[in-house]
Amino acid sequence: MIAADRPHDSSAKLLIVDARGRMRDVPRCELSSLFHTGDLVVANDAATMPASLRGTHVATGEPIEVRLASWVSLGDPTRFIALAFGAGDHRTRTEDRPPPPPLSPGDRLSLGPLVAIIERLLGHPRLIALHFLGEDEGVLCGIARHGRPIQYAHVTEPLGMWDVWTRIAANPVAFEPPSAGFALDWRTLGAWRRRDIGFAALTHAAGISSTGDPVLDLRLPFDEPYCIPEVTAAAVNQAKLEGGRIIAVGTTVVRALESAGTDGNVRAAQGVAVGRIGRETRLRVVDAILTGVHQAGESHFELLEAFADDAALNAISAHAVCHGYRTHEFGDSMLIERQAGARGAGRNHTS
Amino acid sequence: METDIDIRRLRVAVTGGTSGLGLALVRRLAAEGARVAFVARSGPAVTRIASETGAHGIVGDVGRKNDIYAIALQITGNLGGLDVLVNNASSLGPIPLALLGDTDCEDLEQALAVNVLGVFRLTKALFGALAASARTEGAALVINISSDAAVNIYPGWGAYSASKSALRHLTAIWAEEANADRVGFLSIDPGDMDTPLHALAVPDADPSTLKSPEHSAGEIVEAMRVALSTRPTSCRGPRP
Repeated sequence: MIAADRPHDSSAKLLIVDARGRMRDVPRCELSSLFHTGDLVVANDAATMPASLRGTHVATGEPIEVRLASWVSLGDPTRFIALAFGAGDHRTRTEDRPPPPPLSPGDRLSLGPLVAIIERLLGHPRLIALHFLGEDEGVLCGIARHGRPIQYAHVTEPLGMWDVWTRIAANPVAFEPPSAGFALDWRTLGAWRRRDIGFAALTHAAGISSTGDPVLDLRLPFDEPYCIPEVTAAAVNQAKLEGGRIIAVGTTVVRALESAGTDGNVRAAQGVAVGRIGRETRLRVVDAILTGVHQAGESHFELLEAFADDAALNAISAHAVCHGYRTHEFGDSMLIERQAGARGAGRNHTS
Repeated sequence: METDIDIRRLRVAVTGGTSGLGLALVRRLAAEGARVAFVARSGPAVTRIASETGAHGIVGDVGRKNDIYAIALQITGNLGGLDVLVNNASSLGPIPLALLGDTDCEDLEQALAVNVLGVFRLTKALFGALAASARTEGAALVINISSDAAVNIYPGWGAYSASKSALRHLTAIWAEEANADRVGFLSIDPGDMDTPLHALAVPDADPSTLKSPEHSAGEIVEAMRVALSTRPTSCRGPRP
């Protein structure tokens, strides 16, 4: 498939797959005319940290890039799980990046205005627990000013922060953008409101999407904290009670809602989404997902197996290739309704 | 007048928070128990006011595009969200004030960069956070500090006046557009105050004819209470 190589293309496309597997292609701006009165769209309003920090491994003087990948404690900007890379930058494919210099607990990293100590190694030469020295406020300032958005080789131009915040971005807790949300704009939300289609948000700390190492990638997604506000939980439960569909914008929303609604009833919560959603998952909350175009083998693609069986997903992939759909965070979108044959297909309305 | 909102529950950001009206607002809001972040260009002044008031001080220049997201991220990161944004930082344009025919293009650009583009960029970057506050808390608010120069014709004030006039219109249109999202937009003219900015513009003004910035700050906090009075004060759980 084609990789979208720049942000914010107003000509983006949307592939709609209904519950019976029928497909149609529309311009993505037509999202505003989809869905029905009583449906509820739920999005992830996390803003994205500039989570790539460059600097030096003090002991060796070697260059190092650290990519913050997961919170140790949500909202504490001094401690993270992080990936470390050696020389080079995003223009080299992550898979081809040299490893960092050999790292040991206690090693210091000088990252622009920040100093970090490696607290622990986490079973892989690239994966570390990192502790920034200083007070919360000063560390946050250092990350804000020195950090750059994490980016990959398919986008060559350096990204600005304005490229990675969705229109609805609120609290900066994600490490990579919850990119399905790039499909949303205020015009679309206004059009839904006028048609009595609900909109609600949760905050899910979307983590890193690729480590550059196939073995480490198997551990993705890392545990991701989320927060579901009371108004959102109430809106989801009300919509389900009244027969509306729940449309999740992005895989993070599916993870959070299914994690907080194991009996079909979503509770307001701060929690941590652990584990993967896949073909064995019975969806109890979400009826459809708006997502990017993913390829087999990605953890995002695996999540789609909860919505559709292999045959349907193969047909969707073939259609996407044939019609020139573009992959990755700035690519086109797909709206997939839970397929009649998928495990989650039984509707679980609470009453 | 309904003034029952609890200021202590508000997360407020103020630009231009180390002098004049901005400083008076930071002091007032901090004294009333709000959670406050403020922005200014001078590191030492930011440190001084932060330690005096307990507010979060952020060093940055809203007139510079590359500073905007670092500022926005520190505001929401430190406050855990945002309920009220006060765009107070202003550039006068040429100092001393000049006839338009004598105004350097760069001075007009600077006035527009801070007073219009800076306000637009920062508000846009924080609009998601404000809308999130409105969804969960009932209402959020942007206050843009205006001037009578936004509507009246004062020879010599061309750069400032053009920028404040543009800001006033921007505010009015955004107010309409964001109404359904329950993010309010107010344009407030605080009056002629005894501030460093006013002294630059009118060095020989008689201070006894000018309002104190503390007085104007009190009026703005009152306008904030009124605009947010639709926020329910009960049945809200603790903040995450």
